[in-house]
Amino acid sequence: MSALAALMRDANRVTSHQPWPRVVVKRQAWSAAIDDLSQRRLTLLSLWGEAAAVQMALLDEPTGEIAVLGLDCPDGRFPSVGARHSPAQRLERTIADLFGIVAEGAGDVRPWLDHGRWAMRQPLGARVASPESPMPYAFLSAEGEGLHQIPVGPVHAGIIEPGHFRFTANGETVVRLEARLGYVHKGIDHLMAGAELETAAKLAGRTSGDSTVAYALAFARAVEAALAVEPPPRAHLLRALMAELERLANHLGDIGAVCNDAAFALMHAHCGMLREQVLRTADACFGHRLMRDRVVPGGVAADLDPSGQAAVGALVELLRGRFPALPRLYDNTASLLDRTVTTGILRPDLVRQFGAGGYVGRGSGRAFDARRLPGHAPYDRLDFTVPVQQEGDVHARLRIRMDEVEQSLRLVSQCLARLAPGPLRAELPRQPGEGMALVEGFRGDILAWIRLGPDGRVARCHLRDPSWFQWPLLEAAIEGNIVADFPLCNKSFNCSYSGHDL
Amino acid sequence: MRDRLLLELLRAPLTEPAPAPDEAALAELAAKVDGAARRRLGRSLAIREVDAGSCNGCELEIHALNNVYYDLERFGIRFVASPRHADVLLVTGPVTSNMREALERTYRATPSPKWVVAVGDCAVDGGLFAGSYAVVGGVSAVLPVDLHIRGCPPSPTTLLKGLLALLHVA
Repeated sequence: MSALAALMRDANRVTSHQPWPRVVVKRQAWSAAIDDLSQRRLTLLSLWGEAAAVQMALLDEPTGEIAVLGLDCPDGRFPSVGARHSPAQRLERTIADLFGIVAEGAGDVRPWLDHGRWAMRQPLGARVASPESPMPYAFLSAEGEGLHQIPVGPVHAGIIEPGHFRFTANGETVVRLEARLGYVHKGIDHLMAGAELETAAKLAGRTSGDSTVAYALAFARAVEAALAVEPPPRAHLLRALMAELERLANHLGDIGAVCNDAAFALMHAHCGMLREQVLRTADACFGHRLMRDRVVPGGVAADLDPSGQAAVGALVELLRGRFPALPRLYDNTASLLDRTVTTGILRPDLVRQFGAGGYVGRGSGRAFDARRLPGHAPYDRLDFTVPVQQEGDVHARLRIRMDEVEQSLRLVSQCLARLAPGPLRAELPRQPGEGMALVEGFRGDILAWIRLGPDGRVARCHLRDPSWFQWPLLEAAIEGNIVADFPLCNKSFNCSYSGHDL
Repeated sequence: MRDRLLLELLRAPLTEPAPAPDEAALAELAAKVDGAARRRLGRSLAIREVDAGSCNGCELEIHALNNVYYDLERFGIRFVASPRHADVLLVTGPVTSNMREALERTYRATPSPKWVVAVGDCAVDGGLFAGSYAVVGGVSAVLPVDLHIRGCPPSPTTLLKGLLALLHVA
């Protein structure tokens, strides 16, 4: 019996939850799950709160099974997962901030998203009115002779999102980095509650702007699972087409930006040109450069006409012609490789422990890709490979992106070739249900979980960005590197602030 | 690398002609910004971008202004790393409660005369996020705003038209 099946034995299954089981467990099974996580028998997919319960999504990687464990906590407490499995720590601090539900035995009880700036505490729980009172934040300490601290942010020097980085350095060498996030917390969980599906889908698509297609897709898949609706085949192919265009645009942007952070502007210029071509093609085909609000629950809101198909075909030809020269340029530029090879090494065991996805995971030997496992339409019928590197350095994360550009081009061509006339959207019934989806964005796997009320509105929606399990690893990867290499390491991770802060 | 550079010398430039300044932006500026300040700042602008709560969509399109097609620097407009070097604050997002103080301090660190440009639908009134406990509202809820550039996100061309209006001395 698999580890997950053992946990679910004798537990009450929630029949409305699709496509994977959700069970309501007792404290004993919850603690057994923590054992499994800490022993690496299971991978944590997410952990989130409700008014008087906590939910934990788990993956059994060898068997591919997924399940959600729910624990009722009428007294507002639950046994801490983070105390024995550190990837859960920030998720638990978020649960305490938003719902006031306390993780018993947690080692780190500092607030995370709550900076003392909201008009209330526990906005999704007791809603205790509280005057604005900025809280001092006790950064983790590092002691030793000659250490100094460098505070950076929340407003950074570049055109990027806000967050605070606290470096402790010994001369040039970083001894410890700790990030403080939450600056762009907009209260998405709160805005989702009670929202009509149309509004909620827009919110999902604005959780992390660079992954608007992937988020809209994850949200739509979760809703469709909850309502037992399957979108028409043409919608599946158009969704994958948009998702791969989004991946191409982001990877091209990242490849250029990482090289630019090593002062190699030529690559940035070339990648910027190709990225712009992807966005212009998306605009011409779907009416929006980022393809925002084009994936909707039930299907897609934009069709691809014959001229659009020709435009996408021309884009693939352009990229096939122009892109291969860029990895060659990279490989032949010793001064650039000198900056990326052996810089910011992330150990494979940490990646496995945190269940980190995307190029962060695949650059350190974890082959997980949500398009493969659990897999979803139409990828189960498309031919592509999942590139994996073992070195875990900036170079490996860059190489993954370069290889994925080629795979995405293959996928776009296959979507185009298979596109047959047909409807774009399935009707959605107005009924209650629970659903979950795992979708591969350019950055990694995005989890969406939804509960619909009897009126068909969103009762609770939880979105987990891949960055939740990548941000903490950046802190590990930078250790022992020089401060000047931080931009390079940071860009090679390119974690989302908005997707994480919600 | 030498081959690539030679090849690029033989290709025609990709940079596109400048669009005309946006009429609505010109009207908004004429009503709000006095001519003296515009004459002082209007030939060359240093911009400090501040994400005050955006989803990062606006940032992507602001970035695109630097690519070869839009080449913002040919107009004398450039992005700078510090508010102390800036003439313009380009602010995105609904202003979150957690970013409010950082935004105010960035504004105070910017020397006068200075302009504030609010970018994106969220920056106008909070957009889809208005009404949340964690959101103050649009940028004008915190700072005096001289120009709004709408869109979700505004395209680089829309951004360029708005920024060119700043250079267009009345």
